[in-house]
Amino acid sequence: MLEIKDLTVEVEGKEIINDLTLNIERGEVHVLFGPNGCGKTTLLMTILGLPNYKVRKGGITFKGVNIIDLPTNERVKLGMGMSFQHPPEIRGVKLGDMVNIAQGRKEEKIDEDVIELAKRLNISDDFLNRDVNRGFSGGEVKRSEILQLLAQSPDFIMFDEPDSGVDVENIELIGRILSELLDRNKMPSKRKKAGLIITHSGSIMRYIKADRAHVMLEGRIACSGMPNEITKNVMENGFEKCVELCSEKEGTE
Amino acid sequence: MMRKELLERARRAKTKKAALGEDIAIENFVTGEEHEPLNSLNEIPDEYKQNLLDSGIEPSEKDRSGSFLQRDCSVVFSTVKYPGLELMSTTEAFKKHDWLKDYLWKAIPVDMDKYTADVELDQTHGYFIRSEAGKKVTMPVQSCLFITSDKIGQKVHNIVIAEENSELHIITGCSVSHAVNSALHLGVSEFYVKRGAKITFTMIHNWSPGMEVRPRSAVIIEDDGVFISNYILMTPLKSLQMYPTAYCVGKNARATFQSIVYAPGDTKIDFGSRAVLQGEGSKAEIISRAIATDSAKIVARSDVIGEGANAKGHIECRGLMLSDSAEVDSIPELKAKLKDLDLSHEAAVGKIAEEEIQYLMARGLSEEEATSVIIRGFLNVDITGLPEALARETKKMFDMSLEKVM
Repeated sequence: MLEIKDLTVEVEGKEIINDLTLNIERGEVHVLFGPNGCGKTTLLMTILGLPNYKVRKGGITFKGVNIIDLPTNERVKLGMGMSFQHPPEIRGVKLGDMVNIAQGRKEEKIDEDVIELAKRLNISDDFLNRDVNRGFSGGEVKRSEILQLLAQSPDFIMFDEPDSGVDVENIELIGRILSELLDRNKMPSKRKKAGLIITHSGSIMRYIKADRAHVMLEGRIACSGMPNEITKNVMENGFEKCVELCSEKEGTE
Repeated sequence: MMRKELLERARRAKTKKAALGEDIAIENFVTGEEHEPLNSLNEIPDEYKQNLLDSGIEPSEKDRSGSFLQRDCSVVFSTVKYPGLELMSTTEAFKKHDWLKDYLWKAIPVDMDKYTADVELDQTHGYFIRSEAGKKVTMPVQSCLFITSDKIGQKVHNIVIAEENSELHIITGCSVSHAVNSALHLGVSEFYVKRGAKITFTMIHNWSPGMEVRPRSAVIIEDDGVFISNYILMTPLKSLQMYPTAYCVGKNARATFQSIVYAPGDTKIDFGSRAVLQGEGSKAEIISRAIATDSAKIVARSDVIGEGANAKGHIECRGLMLSDSAEVDSIPELKAKLKDLDLSHEAAVGKIAEEEIQYLMARGLSEEEATSVIIRGFLNVDITGLPEALARETKKMFDMSLEKVM
């Protein structure tokens, strides 16, 4: 579904991603670990096509379409979605309005189905009527982002740290709904959605089964493997050590 | 004060320049021809109907307790459908009620500037609206001041009285026909909110680039009285200067001003609201949103003066710049004359944040659509204190005005 080849990205004149290659097939969920500043968020923003992220080399194809020159909204129309870690607040634009926008509806009234979805995320009518992200707590931001994604229903979903700044109870709820969004409850051959999840702490991994995990260091994928293995390694040994172990393995083979 | 004395004071102020705004040569504008009266608002020529609708006036008179239309300098229609409500031209009202002279120039000094003076010396009608004591007229009264001839100087004096424990909701639309290249609107409005009464005043200005506009408004609010003003201006004009003042003289008197201004082209606007909190426990809230684009220049003023014990006032003014050749000057002021007061303000002027646009694009909107959603949101002030139907309608009027400019 998503093919990234030899990608080099600059942000404000500084090279953040360097010769990165990554393939995500339909029905797959990948997890991306990495320390702060390694380029994880930059990768997601580049896939989404935000203007400050300049592709210097390489290519990205999505569903077979070369998307390098497409503006963000065109990429979204092709079926991409993103859950932001730090979304901006927009005065006078309510969460309910955002949900309608995500659904591509022009009406002011919120769809009954969406209200049902909101209930599952413990989102009340009052909350739908609040200015989006204004004064939202960490958990509220995540739930609001996920509600918008549920309304948008993209085929490929990127999550930027769905587990940061969220309490345990919320992580479980978020994990459960993400699993559903990503077809994780279906048999592998029936899975149509794909996802890329960034996590710093790895705590969301307890609730989502991923197909593949990667460790990113200094703008490139330094190590890839089975999620269980990588998660365990990262948790026990830290990022650098994990990468070291990965390459050792490579060396002995 | 006797009429003679008022006239004398007005004469002396004939050349007195206003404290704010560009000076206008009033003598360049004329009274024009008289227009024939109408039997119903719907009789207004079709070419003008849209102008009325655009300023919130319903030509069918549906869901209105009364309607008033002044075309240029002639009152062409005035009718009232609700008991306990009075609506007529001020000229007629002065003939009918001898006591009305006690309300004349009581909220605004006749010699404030040359514009107030000129309205006294050369008045061309205006409306008189009054709700009788205890009468709650929840259905809105509509009044329209409409200019259809070039070079007209429309000089109205409006007086609005809500007697004790009564309620009055007014929609007023000021509009101009597209055929007018240049005209002047001088509007003096004096509001009297008696003990326990409530007035909501929703004003839509639907002007054109040749209009010069100088409203002069003041409100006197007695014990437990409430005054709520909602002002919407979305069309270009040549120049507008106004600084309505609410005097909360009574105990627990309350005033709210909400203004939404979108200034395109070469529009020059100097607008603001002032509240003088004299009564014990009186309260005021001034909220404004101003957008300047093209080469428009906006001065957004607000002023709360605390003089009464435990008075409370808050100012919230926000400006949004959409062009480098536009200008927004935000001037919030607070004056405290006692220690037991709670006065505060927040003011901000900025541009549309890139990341807000990107966020909306990530939900599927084009850059243009995203910008429009953000502007809409910026101007989206929750209108409070209006009966539900009127609040809905005001929202609709606002959406319609916005639709036209976006």
